[in-house]
Amino acid sequence: MNDISSKVLKGDPRAIARLITLAEDNNPIATKAMKKLHPHTGHAHVIGITGVMGSGKSTLISELTRIYRKKGKTVGILAIDPTSPFSGGALLGDRIRMMELAMDEGVFIRSLGTRGMLGGLASAVYDVVEIFDASGKDIIFVETVGVGQAEVDVIKIADTTLVIIVPGLGDSIQTLKAGIMEIADIYAVNKADRAGVNQTVAEVQSLVEITCSDKERKTPILETIAKEKKGIVELVDEIDKHKKLLEKTKKLEPHRRKRYQAELIEIIRKRLMNFVFDESTFKEKVEPLIDKIANKKLDPYTAAEEILSRILK
Amino acid sequence: MFDKNDLEKIKKEKQKWTKDCFNKAIKNHPERLNKFENLSGIEIKNLYAPDDIEKLNYINKSGFSGNYPFLRGVYPTMYRGRLWTMRQFSGFGSAEETNERYKYLLEHGETGLSVAFDYPTLYGYDTDDEWSRGEFGKCGVAISSLQDMEILFGGIPIDKVTTSMTINGPAAIVWGFYIAMAENRGISKKVIGGTIQNDILKEYIAQKSFIFPPEPSMRLIVDTFEYGSKHVPRWNTISISGYHIREAGSTAVQELAFTLGDGIEYVKWAIKRGLDIDSFAPRLSYFFNAHNDFFEEIAKYRAARRIWAREMKKLGAKKERSLLMRFHTQTAGCSLTAQQPEINIVRVTLQALAAVLGGTQSLHTNSMDEALALPSEKAVRIALRTQQVIAEESGVTNTIDPLGGSYYIEWLTDKMEEETYKYFDRVEKFGGVIPAIEKGFFQREIAEASYKYQKEIDENKRTFIGVNKYKMEEHIDIPILKMDEKGEHRQINRLKKLRKNRNNQKVEKNLNNLRKAAKGEENLMPYILSCVHSYATLGETCEILREVFGEYKEPAIY
Amino acid sequence: MAHKIRVLIAKPGLDGHDRGAKIVARALRDAGMEVIYTGLHQTANMIVEAAIQEDVDVIGLSLLSGAHMTLFIDVSDLLKKKEIDDILIVGGGIIPEEDVPKLKKAGISGVFGPGTPCEEIIDFIKKNVKR
Repeated sequence: MNDISSKVLKGDPRAIARLITLAEDNNPIATKAMKKLHPHTGHAHVIGITGVMGSGKSTLISELTRIYRKKGKTVGILAIDPTSPFSGGALLGDRIRMMELAMDEGVFIRSLGTRGMLGGLASAVYDVVEIFDASGKDIIFVETVGVGQAEVDVIKIADTTLVIIVPGLGDSIQTLKAGIMEIADIYAVNKADRAGVNQTVAEVQSLVEITCSDKERKTPILETIAKEKKGIVELVDEIDKHKKLLEKTKKLEPHRRKRYQAELIEIIRKRLMNFVFDESTFKEKVEPLIDKIANKKLDPYTAAEEILSRILK
Repeated sequence: MFDKNDLEKIKKEKQKWTKDCFNKAIKNHPERLNKFENLSGIEIKNLYAPDDIEKLNYINKSGFSGNYPFLRGVYPTMYRGRLWTMRQFSGFGSAEETNERYKYLLEHGETGLSVAFDYPTLYGYDTDDEWSRGEFGKCGVAISSLQDMEILFGGIPIDKVTTSMTINGPAAIVWGFYIAMAENRGISKKVIGGTIQNDILKEYIAQKSFIFPPEPSMRLIVDTFEYGSKHVPRWNTISISGYHIREAGSTAVQELAFTLGDGIEYVKWAIKRGLDIDSFAPRLSYFFNAHNDFFEEIAKYRAARRIWAREMKKLGAKKERSLLMRFHTQTAGCSLTAQQPEINIVRVTLQALAAVLGGTQSLHTNSMDEALALPSEKAVRIALRTQQVIAEESGVTNTIDPLGGSYYIEWLTDKMEEETYKYFDRVEKFGGVIPAIEKGFFQREIAEASYKYQKEIDENKRTFIGVNKYKMEEHIDIPILKMDEKGEHRQINRLKKLRKNRNNQKVEKNLNNLRKAAKGEENLMPYILSCVHSYATLGETCEILREVFGEYKEPAIY
Repeated sequence: MAHKIRVLIAKPGLDGHDRGAKIVARALRDAGMEVIYTGLHQTANMIVEAAIQEDVDVIGLSLLSGAHMTLFIDVSDLLKKKEIDDILIVGGGIIPEEDVPKLKKAGISGVFGPGTPCEEIIDFIKKNVKR
């Protein structure tokens, strides 16, 4: 398996796919490979796409990919769907919405379940981005779950964050209040042929006025009709412009540092959690403590200190 | 319908009976279930009595057979005058093989023909198209050109027997083949009778053999209404279908509501085009499923007739023939088992009986081997005999709507109507049928219902004999239909020859004219007929329309 | 972390009957698996490409139109050609008993006809997954 990283560097789809699985499974082989791949990353433009269900994320990504492919760029798409908290299973339903890209060799689509992670991303997302990057993809789309207002983690990983809104999906004020609107580097008002588009654009504009009043760059707002392929070329231009701006103003580096920090924290968190709650001994270790907490013989803080002190010994 | 005093007495007696008699009985011997529900989830009571239908106004809400609102039947005499048409859906392999099966069925007493096409034909692909790989003739007959249609009906008197064709996406073209075939035989368009299914809305919802997006598909359908009403007056240009919606897993109420909703939508589109409702409405027909819950199905058909009559009146129809709903029924394929397949004969019998007691105009009974393969000769013969026994031995056809007045049936008919209107309201909120389709409303309802049903079977909460109860290890020993292995080769050669020997300049000219017309607003049937007459193939003609109309991609719902 | 079983449910060819495929997809998800449903009208190339990118453990093929001998075997042949031998292939739909041995020989390890309880499919996958 030592040559899995060299296969990934060559762009071998099976190696890419297998390494992603190993990373998701926290397999030590993946760790070894990721170490080898990291020096080869940094080239790809990572674009995060977020927005509520029904906003047309997958269709928009399909159309953006088509344009990038015409420009000769290779594309990796990471589509995230929620894992059921009850069964631990997931219906990964974004790929089916991107079927026209199915046979394009220059496009790699991978579906991930959140596997319990909140924030709209999956735990393995940093690994996948690095793997895509190292394998030579020019553009990486990260499509978040996007079911609500808490899905802001995408800014940790993306160079450019695209927030998709749809007129008349209701609750536009709600969305504006929440953090999701502040994370946008670009807004796309999709399904712009629907009633209420002007009002929606106006609402977003007023928010932009407020949040960007002291900034150099006013977040651009574009209208698209992804199903009819309208407004896509302009959106691609805007995305490219954003990356060029980051490079020119030397803001790309500090931005990426945030990603690496988030990735580092996530790796440490995972390792700590696995160490403490190693699945095979979890029940033995923790269940008795929980019994005591439930019977008020112990409080959660003391219980936590007990567990941690055992580890830190 | 009942005297007020009598009703009061009945209600009092019922209370007494419940307290003193029924409740006592269930104390010692509880009922088999906590709740009795039919397949639509409607709770069914222990006993129905006059007070359950006290609101039924016989004159306004029931009436007599052949009179508005047609609850009791669409014709005055119903089966006393004429039995339903025994029309067995069939087709497989090449036109030659299916032609033989049609002759066999006619010989054995079937009274109408019904064509099943293979998947490539359903999608508008010729047999030699790359998408046709492996699919030739597997689930129906392959028809790629007028020549194939001529072979399919060789030696069959199409001026004396009617033909139903289950075709949707390319329906207009395949209808064109049939019309052209008749014309080539010197049989006038005014004389031929039959049906094309031609119901695209249910394709988006359930059967999924759509080709083009909704708007151009609806345009094509209204073109057929218009052409039919002017030139082919004995033809039913649509069979608005609930069968497939039910097969996809919907409940009976959903089948009723979604199908009628589709029907109303077609009428609205035709009216928008400027057609006079009474000019095409008499040739709209319906197609329902006959599933397991015997009385629910009967109530469903009755409710359907009454709702349709009322809605058509609302839409402005004045002629009586525009208000009456004629329908074909097929027994439920999805209720049949691969295990102990002979038992399917019993299931089909009950289902067929429900359709007859529900007043169907035409009936297909499934064969016992449906869950294994296409019907063998023996199996389809038994299926046909099932209808004949019901028609000629059981006596149920001696009177019209024999279950009319049953407290249970009338109550259930009303209840299903009530539930249907609730669905109509929900669809309205989406902005109509097509927006609801695009938002996946129907598809989601169906996916939920089918998942619930499967879970009930898996958890043994619903009995499926042979599958989760009374199972047995057995070697299934019934003859499976074998098709002619040389059929595909023959078909492909025939196509090659056809393309060589026809006047290709004429074909190209006609296809170009079709392309031009498709981009405009003219009725496309004359252009399609020109293509057909010059022996343009199904695939070639469909390709033109694909080019102009585009292809439909469905929203991902599960 | 325990490996989650990843399953691709595909409908090859023109068959549009997706009731069963969708039900099985949901049942597998309820059993803790990650399921990717490809939708209708898939070629063997599309199915195998998706299986590679998603690195699935199982490919489930659903077909009710009778074309299974060609279309299922197309998929298993293509996997063989690409030297992929660690994916479990299962199939369902309307498949006569007599075709099952040939399908199994071609690499379709489990054939689940009408009436198969979802539990049976889930158990088979859990027992026979190759990784």
